[in-house]
Amino acid sequence: MWAFFHKLGSPRWFYAIASRFEPWCWALALILIVVGSVWGLVFAPADYQQGNSFRIIYVHVPAAFLGQSIYIAMAVCGFVYMVWKIRVADMAAAMMAPLGAVMTFMALLSGSVWGKPTWGTWWQWDARLTSMLILLFLYIGVMVLRATFYRLESAARAAAILTMVGVVNIPIIKYSVEWWNTLHQPASFTITERPAMPVEMWLPLLIMVVGFYAFFAAFTLTRVRSEILRREQSKRWVQDMFREKC
Amino acid sequence: MAFDSFSDWLAMGRHGVYVWTAWGVSLGLLALCVLLVRSEIRTVRRDLRRRIRRAAATNGGGQG
Repeated sequence: MWAFFHKLGSPRWFYAIASRFEPWCWALALILIVVGSVWGLVFAPADYQQGNSFRIIYVHVPAAFLGQSIYIAMAVCGFVYMVWKIRVADMAAAMMAPLGAVMTFMALLSGSVWGKPTWGTWWQWDARLTSMLILLFLYIGVMVLRATFYRLESAARAAAILTMVGVVNIPIIKYSVEWWNTLHQPASFTITERPAMPVEMWLPLLIMVVGFYAFFAAFTLTRVRSEILRREQSKRWVQDMFREKC
Repeated sequence: MAFDSFSDWLAMGRHGVYVWTAWGVSLGLLALCVLLVRSEIRTVRRDLRRRIRRAAATNGGGQG
C-alpha cells in the first residue's frame, strides 16, 4: 500500500498510470453527460409544481456537487503535499482549481436563473447562496495566491495552507439550509435516504452527477500530465519519450 | 417523451428562456474546458519538442 502510494507520487509513474485511465474517463464522461442531458431534457416528466424549469436541476446539482468536491480534493492534495512533500499532489491541486471555480460559477448561475421563475428573484443574500459565492472567491483567491509566487515550493505551500483554511466553508455550505432559514430547499440527494422524486426524475440526475465526476477525473488527469511535462521537461525520461517523435 | 412537439420542447412551457440559458451556459463552459485542455496539451508538447531539437542542435546534432 505505502509502496504504491509512493510510486504514484513519482511524476513518471503517475504519468504512465494517468495515461492509461485518461481515455476511459473522457469516454465515460461524454457518454454519461450525453445520456443524462437527453434524458433530463426530453424524457423526464415535468415537475407538477415547477413545470419545466426544474430541468435546470440536471446541471445545477452536479455543478454544485463538483464545486464542493473539487475544493475538498484540493484540500486533501494540499495536506498530502504538506505532510509527504509529494509534488504530484500539488500539481493536481493546481490543475483542478480552475475547474472548481467554473463548476461553482455554473452552480451559482444556473441557480440564479432557476430562482427567477421559482422564487421570483435572481439573487438573495441567504446562507446557501452567500456561502457558495464565498467558495467561488476562495477558488479565485487560491489561484491568484499561487500565481504571485515565483518559486514553485513557496506557491505550493501558500496555496495548500489557504486551501486547507478555506475548507471550513464546506460544512457551512452543506448545513446552511438547516442552520438558517433560507430560500434554498434542503438537499434533494442524500446517501442515506431514498430521493423524494420519482425514479424517472432522479435517475438522469444521478447519471449527470457521475458524468460530471468522470469529467473532473478526465480533466485533472489530462492537465496533470501536461503539468508533469512542463515541470519535468529537463528530466531524462521526458526527453527520451519525446525524442523519437521529433 | 414529456413533450408533444419540437416547438413545445423549445418553449419548455413558458420556462424556455430560463432552462436554455442555464443549460447553454453550463454545456458551453464544459465544452470550453475541453478546448482549453486540448490547446494546453498541444502547446506543452510543441514547446517540449522544440526544446529537445534545440538541445540536439547545440550538441552538434550527433547525439540523440
